[in-house]
Amino acid sequence: MTTTLLDVQDLTVEFMTRRGIVKAVQHVNVTVAKGETVGIVGESGSGKSVTSYAVMRILDRAGKIADGMITFSGLDVRDAPEKEMRDLRGREMSMIFQSPRTALNPIRKVGRQIEDVLLQHVQAQPSDAKEKAIEALKRVRIARPEERYHAYPFELSGGMCQRVVIALALACQPQLLIADEPTTGLDVTTQKAVMDLVVELTRERGMSTILITHDLGLAAAYCDKVVVMEKGRVVETAAAATIFRDPQHGYTRKLMRATPRLGVTLRELLPEDAPAPLAPAPMQEESADKTPLLVVSNLVKEYPRQDATSTLATFFRKKDQLPQAETFKAVDGISFEIKRGESVGLVGESGCGKSTTSMMVMRLLDPTSGIVTFDGEDIGSIPAREFAKSPMRKRIQMVFQDPTESLNPRFTAVRAIADPILRMSDIKGWAAVRARCEELATQVGLPLELLDRFPHQLSGGQKARVGIARAIALSPELVILDEPTAALDVSVQAVVLNLLEDLKHSLGMSYLFVSHDLNVVRLLCDRVIVMRSGKIVEEGSAEGVMDSPKSDYTKELLAAIPHPPL
Amino acid sequence: MLRQIGKRLVTTIPSIIGVIIVTFLLTRVLPGDPAAYFAGPAATPQAIEEVRKSLGLDKSLPEQFVRYVTELSRGDFGRSLTSGQPVRSDIAARLPASAELTLVGLIVSMLIAVPLGIAAAVKQGSLVDHICRMVATAGVSLPVFFTGLLLVYFFYYILGWSPAPLGRLDVFYSAPPHVTGFYLIDSLIAGEFETFRASAAQLILPAATLAIFSLAPITRMTRASMLAVMSSDFVRTARASGLTPRTVIVTYAFRNAMLPVITTLGMVFSFLLGANVLVEKVFAWPGIGSYAIEALIASDFAPVQGFVLVMAIMYVALNLLIDMLYGVIDPRVRLEG
Amino acid sequence: MNQRPDLDSAHIAATEPPTAAAAIAAPAVVVPAAPPKQTSVFAHARYVIAENPVTGIAFGLFVLIALCAIFGPWIAPYDPLASDTLAALQGPSAKHWFGTDQLGRDILSRVMVAARLDMAIAVFSVALVFALGGLSGTAAGFFGGWTDRIVGRIADTIMAFPLFVLAMGIVAALGNTVTNIVIATAIINYPLYARVARAEANVRRDAGFVQAARLSGNGEFRILLTQILPNIMPIMVVQMSLTMGYAILNAAGLSFIGLGVRPPTPEWGIMVAEGAGFIVSGEWWIAFFPGAALMLAVFCFNLLGDGLRDIVDPQRRT
Repeated sequence: MTTTLLDVQDLTVEFMTRRGIVKAVQHVNVTVAKGETVGIVGESGSGKSVTSYAVMRILDRAGKIADGMITFSGLDVRDAPEKEMRDLRGREMSMIFQSPRTALNPIRKVGRQIEDVLLQHVQAQPSDAKEKAIEALKRVRIARPEERYHAYPFELSGGMCQRVVIALALACQPQLLIADEPTTGLDVTTQKAVMDLVVELTRERGMSTILITHDLGLAAAYCDKVVVMEKGRVVETAAAATIFRDPQHGYTRKLMRATPRLGVTLRELLPEDAPAPLAPAPMQEESADKTPLLVVSNLVKEYPRQDATSTLATFFRKKDQLPQAETFKAVDGISFEIKRGESVGLVGESGCGKSTTSMMVMRLLDPTSGIVTFDGEDIGSIPAREFAKSPMRKRIQMVFQDPTESLNPRFTAVRAIADPILRMSDIKGWAAVRARCEELATQVGLPLELLDRFPHQLSGGQKARVGIARAIALSPELVILDEPTAALDVSVQAVVLNLLEDLKHSLGMSYLFVSHDLNVVRLLCDRVIVMRSGKIVEEGSAEGVMDSPKSDYTKELLAAIPHPPL
Repeated sequence: MLRQIGKRLVTTIPSIIGVIIVTFLLTRVLPGDPAAYFAGPAATPQAIEEVRKSLGLDKSLPEQFVRYVTELSRGDFGRSLTSGQPVRSDIAARLPASAELTLVGLIVSMLIAVPLGIAAAVKQGSLVDHICRMVATAGVSLPVFFTGLLLVYFFYYILGWSPAPLGRLDVFYSAPPHVTGFYLIDSLIAGEFETFRASAAQLILPAATLAIFSLAPITRMTRASMLAVMSSDFVRTARASGLTPRTVIVTYAFRNAMLPVITTLGMVFSFLLGANVLVEKVFAWPGIGSYAIEALIASDFAPVQGFVLVMAIMYVALNLLIDMLYGVIDPRVRLEG
Repeated sequence: MNQRPDLDSAHIAATEPPTAAAAIAAPAVVVPAAPPKQTSVFAHARYVIAENPVTGIAFGLFVLIALCAIFGPWIAPYDPLASDTLAALQGPSAKHWFGTDQLGRDILSRVMVAARLDMAIAVFSVALVFALGGLSGTAAGFFGGWTDRIVGRIADTIMAFPLFVLAMGIVAALGNTVTNIVIATAIINYPLYARVARAEANVRRDAGFVQAARLSGNGEFRILLTQILPNIMPIMVVQMSLTMGYAILNAAGLSFIGLGVRPPTPEWGIMVAEGAGFIVSGEWWIAFFPGAALMLAVFCFNLLGDGLRDIVDPQRRT
């Protein structure tokens, strides 16, 4: 019989805000047995993080546990005196957070930070603290731990910082580890490395773990039990194996369906009760013109290395005189094509050059060398600064990653959508422009009464629609989508992806879809290009590359995607 | 380490060049006749001509600039009409008075402002917090010369606790033997405790005025910085690791919070050096500020020019020190340079 | 990381159509949504003032000072320049609320009329520095390159001086007039404005919505005017309010040491200077009332600036 380590019963947490009392979580029940790994899954606003903060009693000043019981190893956490809680934190239960670099004191050596925790909980004496700290670093597989002891966080990579954070959390061998979105923002290969490490270390010591994440796939792959939360309440709790096979609650089913994974189509991401789409919108005639729409040849983007050149030096020396080591090639000679009506995915991890490539194709950035041809014309030679005036501008448009940042906070939705129309189309007079905006809003499923709202009054999904409406306003032929759903909840993502697919067919556009999420790319794209360190590593049809990858790197990428048990 | 200092010194050169150029321009592009300014209001036309020749004002502008810079590098700041002395020796004689006053004021101010700001941030919403915020808002609004006068009125006229605001020492006392020029230090070195007590008594009110003046920006910045750091991710990690509040505040929060405060010190110095001038006038303090004011009234221009230049160079040096102090605390800056 | 429930999204999410898919598949059927409370600038301003009555007080003070500045000469009980040696050095009384100075002039009248000069100096210098510093700083932050370097050099050169000392030097060099006080104050505030404008423009230079504007066919200058400047304005306005206070203190300080304003012109700083000599003999009112007026004016502008900052950008509250 497994003993219960953590027992959360009927927990309710309230926050005092300017607009009154808000219940962040209500009547939440979670149990964690010894040695068990529990995943808490939910979208933004579900209360999953607040629950764990309550368990550790590190809520914000404005928050308090209003109701319920939290029992840890027999101890009543809710009423325990603060001194006792301090003893528990770090020694019996510890936590790791998102963004590892900011989680560490930037002006203190990482080794010293680990020592602080060891000394606080009397796991070491001042005489052997350094030795124990180095040992802790060794346990998380950091190379050359004696040297890294003296490092500052800014000298370490993201992955290494996360290892240090894990070392900090596990230094005193706690019974419970709470991991709050530990891999969000990390590359998929780094993500796998970090999760594997956490699982290995915790299983080794029979530690219990709570994994908080919005990624169902991740939870199902690494956890024994999954708890699904929505808007502050627990909607379902089940073993990982059964939750995917046989979800009970409507919300869980919706989340499950919306998670991009192997073996589903775009339509299947939508909730089951979504009304069947009308007969597919009339497709544009298959273009008789088989010449490629976009041709990129030997595209290169070089940046001078930061420390190399002073202002005076760049003033006096010509670029090709700079020694080679002084430049950094973000994009190192790539070539590819996009045909009319085709959807091409550009994937790779951070720093591979995919965003730089898309910026150059968009003509927001000038290439160092190489040719970009659109519909037979060389657009690469028109400087980015002047491209706005070119007639080609309206034929290539973009949907941005962060819907909040890509909307002018002082423009209403309709004004934002109208911008390209006002600048580049023949429609004259505000009434006509507005009518066109309303047409576009309807096309993207944005309710008309939201048109006069400002961005801060719209939700993430609504802002994304405004961005899409703006991009298609002048019926462009090529649309570049730069991680358009990365900032959205998975259920909203499902809807937006379907919208993008429908628009592509009804308007006959080509897409260049830039993403790091291979599952999403598989659903939306005909062809896939894999990039690494500025070069193209593999190219082919979406199914071809995903099902039978040729390059080792692609294989590595695919292997790193967490697969839920089917 | 020496290389670091050398590198930083090099970065001050453009500033010093700028300062020299500006002070040069201030005198040469005057509307009216610079020679008349330097000759003084009582000069005859011949005297003005002589001054013109001796200042080289009959030569071209670039030639004048070269001459100006050469003189500066020899330490020649011109001659004061009212004292008849070279401006350089006048300033050297009066600088310690200003320095003593400013330093004491600043030290007292920091001793109060920093703990107040930290306490306000740690105990948000408490009485200390409210006091801190009131001090910060009110302090910034008080004209420094007004504060000085109010202090004189209450502590000298009404209460009689302070001596008359007539300078560094009462007429009955004489200055201690010169070692540093700081009466407080020199009198202790010489063992003259009465002199020490007397100079301290004269120093209290003007130093308090300067302290009140600089209290506000320092405490405001400390509080804001502490608040920002206390809600940062790494403090959250420290708390989640079970570290005591004392460790969290002192080792984790405070050092990081001090960084913006140190940067603010540069700005505070700028204000202090200006406030110094006003305080010296109120308390008849014989420092370089009152030297410049007296010269202004007498239309004696060379001291004013020298004063501006010396203040600017001191300020550049102070900023350099602050940059280096910042580098000592923040390894990110240190290791990049 | 914000633990607090994202309130805005919570009650905005309530308006997201329950099945978003319905909107795509059947464009004609738009699920009506309950609109949340729309917060206009006015409503928000009222809310902030209600929450922080001090801002309301500051606003009231501001109105009082503005009235004195505009109507001063007409509502003052006595002629500020009229001397009456028989009534010299009288303390506050029913006849002279603020007392009289050494020449028998009524201090209340002088304080009221001085508001005009001090406010004028402050307003003109702030307007001047906003135009010069704000625009050059924005251009420097947005275009970078040589514009940035030149603006940076100018700002650095000015910042190399202790600012009040530089103002002294400028007024001494250019001549002892009020215009030169305005110019000197504008010059010494230039680096601050240029820096703030530059930083704000720089942050927004490649922001998503600016890139989107480029995609929509907007040229660089048009982007500067229509996208960047309107977004920077609120921050600049806050800065202006705070600098008003500093400009008044600066002008008063210069007048106190005899630069700029000359007697018998009523100006707060010079009035304090005139009254300074009488403090040691106990006639406190000559220096006190102009000094208190100075303090209240600066205090009022600082509070207004803080209140404006709360309205404009709640995340930057002190």
